[in-house]
Parts: sequence; C-alpha cells; structure tokens
Amino acid sequence: MIYSAIVFLPALGGLIAGLFGRLLGPRPSELITTGLLLVSCVLSWIVFWRVGFGHETAHVAIERWITSGELDIGWAFKIDTLTAVMFVVVTTVSALVHVYSIGYMEEDDSRPRFFAYLSGFTFAMLMLVTSDNLVQMFFGWEGVGLFSYLLIGFWYKKPEANAAAIKAFIVNRVGDFGFALGIFGLFAVFRTVNLDQLFDAAPGMAGKNFEFLGYQVDILTTLCLLLFMGAMGKSAQFLLHTWLPDAMEGPTPVSALIHAATMVTAGVFMVARLSPIFEYAPLALQFVVLIGSITAFFAATVGLVQNDIKRVIAYSTCSQLGYMFVACGVGAYQAGIFHLFTHAFFKALLFLGAGSVIHAMHHEQDMRKMGGLRPKLPYTWALMLIGTLALTGFGIPHIAGLSGFYSKDTIIEAARAAHTPGNYAFWALVVAALMTSFYSWRLMFMTFHGQTRADIKTFEHAHESPPVMLVPLAVLALGATVAGAGTLYFVGEGQHEFWGKAIFNGADNHILHALHEVPNWVPWAPTIAMAAGFVIAYLYYIAVPSLPALTARVFRPLYLFLLNKWYFDELYDLIFVRPTFWLGNVLWKVGDIKIINGLIDGTAEGVYGVTQRAVRLQTGYIYHYAFAMLVGVALLVSYVMFMGGAR
Amino acid sequence: MTIGIGHYLTVAACLFTLGMLGIFLNRKNVIVILMSIELMLLAVNINLVAFSYFLGDLVGQVFALFNLTVAAAEAAIGLAIVVVYFRNRGSIAVEDINMMKG
Repeated sequence: MIYSAIVFLPALGGLIAGLFGRLLGPRPSELITTGLLLVSCVLSWIVFWRVGFGHETAHVAIERWITSGELDIGWAFKIDTLTAVMFVVVTTVSALVHVYSIGYMEEDDSRPRFFAYLSGFTFAMLMLVTSDNLVQMFFGWEGVGLFSYLLIGFWYKKPEANAAAIKAFIVNRVGDFGFALGIFGLFAVFRTVNLDQLFDAAPGMAGKNFEFLGYQVDILTTLCLLLFMGAMGKSAQFLLHTWLPDAMEGPTPVSALIHAATMVTAGVFMVARLSPIFEYAPLALQFVVLIGSITAFFAATVGLVQNDIKRVIAYSTCSQLGYMFVACGVGAYQAGIFHLFTHAFFKALLFLGAGSVIHAMHHEQDMRKMGGLRPKLPYTWALMLIGTLALTGFGIPHIAGLSGFYSKDTIIEAARAAHTPGNYAFWALVVAALMTSFYSWRLMFMTFHGQTRADIKTFEHAHESPPVMLVPLAVLALGATVAGAGTLYFVGEGQHEFWGKAIFNGADNHILHALHEVPNWVPWAPTIAMAAGFVIAYLYYIAVPSLPALTARVFRPLYLFLLNKWYFDELYDLIFVRPTFWLGNVLWKVGDIKIINGLIDGTAEGVYGVTQRAVRLQTGYIYHYAFAMLVGVALLVSYVMFMGGAR
Repeated sequence: MTIGIGHYLTVAACLFTLGMLGIFLNRKNVIVILMSIELMLLAVNINLVAFSYFLGDLVGQVFALFNLTVAAAEAAIGLAIVVVYFRNRGSIAVEDINMMKG
C-alpha cells in the first residue's frame, strides 16, 4: 500500500494539475502537486528506513498487463534496497524542485502545465525504478524520455528550446533502440522478461555463444552491450552525450530534476539493477569502464571553457555520470549508486543555485556578464559553495569530508584497484577530478567574485531569491553535506547487509575489499587534484584575471576545440544530419514529387485528356445521338446479314 | 401490273427513310421530330400488314394494331413533355435543346 502510494501520488497530482489546471488556477495546482509529492517523499524515507535497515523487501503485484503465449508481463513493484535508494533520490529531489519551482516559475503563464509535467515525470521515473520486469522498466524509461522532451521544450515559443527537445528525443531513440533490442534478445534467450527469473537463469548462460553471420558471439556480452547502449543514451555517455548540454534550454528546475539528479542516472540504475546479468559479461563491463572514463574525461575538458553557467554544470553532470559508469564497470555497483545518491543532492543544489542566480539576473546565463554577486546573493553564494565543495570532493582522506569526497574517492580507488590496462580509468578519473575542481571554482569565481561585468542596471536590481527557493536549496545543502555518512552502508563494512540481494557481485568480484588495499598515495590523489584545481582556478580568475585570455590565445586551437565541444555537433551534422537531409531531399524531390506525384498526376491527366476528347462526342443534340444509334443499328444488321443471317 | 409485296416494302422503306431524315435534318422544332418518329412507326406498320397479308398470318395485323396503340401513347407522352419543356424553357427549338452537352 505504502509503495503504491509513493508511486501513484505524483501521478494523481500530475493528472489533477494537467486535466483541471485551467479550472483550478495556478496556485491550487502548485499546492496540490507539491503537497502530494511531499507526502510521497516522506513515505519514501520511511520505506528507505524499513528496507535499508529493516531488510524488508517486497514484491507488489498491481495488475496483469500483457499475456501472450510465453510472454507474461504484469505491473508490479520490486522493492529492495536499490529501489528504496532511488525512491529517496527521486522523490526528495522532485519534491524540493516542486517547492522551488513555485518561486522560480512565478512569472510564467502556464504553471499548471509545468507542474503537471514535473509530477508526471516523477511518476514515470518511479515506475522505472520499481519495475520487476524489463518491459515495465521500458515503459518508465520512455515515460521519462517523453516528459524530458516536454519539459525541455516547455518554453515552446523559443526555437532553440524546440530544437533541443527534438534533439534530446532523437538521440535518446538511438539508445532506446539498443535497449529494446536487448530486451527482445533477453526474451529470445531466456523466454522471460521478469527480472527475478532472468537473474536465476543468467549464470547458466554465462560463456555460451550463438552464431551471427558466421561468427561465434557471446550471448550475454552482446545483450549487455545492447542494454548498455540504452544506458548510454539516457545517461548522456560519450557519443550519445550531445543532447544533454542542449537540454539546458529548459527551465532550470527541470535541469536540476531531470538532467542532473534523476533521469540521466537511470542508465546507472539500470546497469546496477541488472548486475546479476552484467556480472557474467566481463567484456561488456570493460566496455562500460572505457565509455565511463572517456566521458568523465571528455565532459570535464569541455566544461573548462564553457561560459553558460548551466552548460558548465551540464557537462559536469555528464562527467560525473562517467564516474558512476566506471564504478559499475569495475564491479563496484554499490559505489556507483552511492555516487548517484550523493550526486543527486549536490548537483541538484548547484543547478537550483544557478537557477537562483539566473532568477536574480533576469534570465542572464552568461557568466561573462556576472561577477561580484556575492554581496547581492549571500545565501545563494553560501549554499552553492557547499555544493561546489561537495562536487569537488572536499575532504581529508581517512578523516572526513563532504558527500562527494566519499563517493567520488571510492570510485577512484575502485578504478585503481580494478587494474585496467595502464590504469587508464584511474588516471582519467584523477585528471577529470582536477578539471572538475577547476571548472567548479571557475564557476564560483566568475559568478560571485571579482569585479562585476554585468551592466549596472541588472546588477543594481539583482536580489536574493525568496525563501520558497532558498529553503529547498538549504535542504539539498544539508543532504550534500551529510550524505557522505552513508558510506559505511553503501560501500563500507555494512554494505552486504544494507544491499541484501539488490546488487549482485560475482564470486570472484572483490572490488569493494580490494579498494581498501590500494597503495597509500592513491586516496590522496583526488584530494591533491582537487586542491590543485582550486589553486589554478584561484590563480586564473582572482589573482591574475588576465591569464584566461592569455591562455586562450596561446593555446588557441586547443581552446577552440574545447569551446566547440570537440566538434561533436559539427561531426554529427556532417555524418548523420546532412546525409539524412540530403537523402530526405532526394526522396522528396525525386522520389515523391517526380516519381510518385508524376505517376499519379500523369494518370489523372491522361484520363482527363481522354475524357476531354470523349466529351466532344456529347453534343447534346438529339439528332446526333439518333444518328449514332441508327448507324449502329445499320452496322449491326449488315454484320448479321453478311455473316449469314440470324439463326 | 399486279401490286406485289415488293411495292409495299418499297413504300415502307421510303417512309422510314423520310422519317429518319426528318429527325436528322430538322433543325427547327421538336414536334417535327415527334412526327418523324410517327412516320417511322407507320412504315413499320405497313411492313407488318403487308407481310401478314402475303404470308396469310393474322398475327402481323394484330401486332400492327398494338403498335398503333403504343404510337398513340408515345405521341401523347411526347407532346406532354414538349409542353412542359416549353413552359420551363420558353422554346422548343431543336438548336436550343442541348443540355446534355458534356
């Protein structure tokens, strides 16, 4: 009952606001959706307590869905620690974002629609994380994709927002194609899509091959790679990442909820949820590590030079998702989920903080036109400082730190303990940590410190946000500070008991032990990287403000390469978009207009021409018809006579 | 000279041809067309009666009587149509009746 309430209360709120929003007016819609989500959030924490520490797992069947031959799919909730963690993350961030949006969106005309979408999104996300079979998960997966599309394009009068929404939708389709193929494949092999049954059957399939175009291919590796393709799309991993930065065209609370804390982490959740299958596909896991570390590194490099405050955080999200995938790939799913958990707090905090700045600056997002805002926005500054410290992993090894310190350093240690070839994953993550620290502090310095670069009027009018926006920030800041305390349960001694059967580690996967036995200097590496990033950022943006321009001039090609996001958009434009346009044009102009229209119009015109001639026979004068008739009779009679008469 | 079946048939053929030409060549009046049709029917009647007489079979003459009845009915209906048409259109000149022109 409590589980159904958590999942369906947001749906109820969304339906009420969506269907009757006009009738109720904006304020009641806001209050209803927000109120229901707060209830859902409180219930989630209760469930988290009961499942995580009371070890109470459950399976709730709601309704049958599809029964066809061997295929038997139901709506059902699979409640275990993994679900409980996601419950807490999703409902908490969502509830806070709802509250925050009351303040942030107050000048918007279509608030009921906004809140309906937000609640609807939350429902879809909850369906995703509770599903006990892959098809329900796919339902939630597509549901969050749909609401993401709707919310990115919320300001549909802006052409960029529409373009970004369509881009997000299409890029996600590429990933979802793989995900769907993976589900089909799993059903073809195991004759079931039920997670528990799949997990029971997976060990028996380990190492078996099937023949594809004359090659022997490992079944589970193939399927896991296909499933991971879905995760890459949803979680904006390298090659399918291009939609995430553009998604920042949506309202900022949306970015905080969907593109930082919840939807983009669905891929990580899926890999962790399917750990009993992934564990038997070591090759696929190596691929996950590779993609994860490339993303972590790549996104961080791009984040270094972006000027839009939200895009910096977007690339940071992309990079942090890479960290999570590295953790999953090396077998430390627990660490990945732990980072997901902490990241949700501090990244939502940073996004909402950025939203507060944007709100104060009258929707100015360019950091080059900010600066010196600290006296104007003291609370926002303080709260974002906490977020930045958490993101950069501020802390002292073996003593204490903020949440990001625990989760990120665990991942980096796990990457070291996994002994990837040349320790590439470890080094990529450490360098990414340095860059994370640099761009995070760059953001803080460019926004809040130094001389202001805003025009006088905007700066004079900059004002601290109302309490309805600051309170959610404060709650998230609290989470970002203390969430690290979960380290003992998520990845430490208590992890076995905490996770129960929710996450599966193979028999020879001891990564969570091994990460404590890395060389002594390893835990210090990210801390040093963090400090170095801070020092460099301080040097560049506070001590010697002329340095950034100088560096950009000296390393101009590199600077442009990064500023243009490694030219991925241009590359995709060249490889995919233009040929598609060209093909479309050919099909349109030649295939459609010339051939199809030509055929049909030609037939029509031919018929018209023939009838035009036939029409001339119809003079309308009786005697012409009579004449024709008589000539006909004469011909007929002559014919009959010459053929020998009628017999 | 004796009057044989050939003479009757020649007269009938002449009448029939006259009726036909009346339909084709007449450009004036619909009533003339009706009259021409009557003429053609009469030619057919002459044929029927002549064959009946020379073959010694009365059926032909009976049939000719039926034909006359049908012709009378047809003339009545045709004239009625012409009257109505004149009321509606104000003209029964053949030149003007070409509403079926495509």
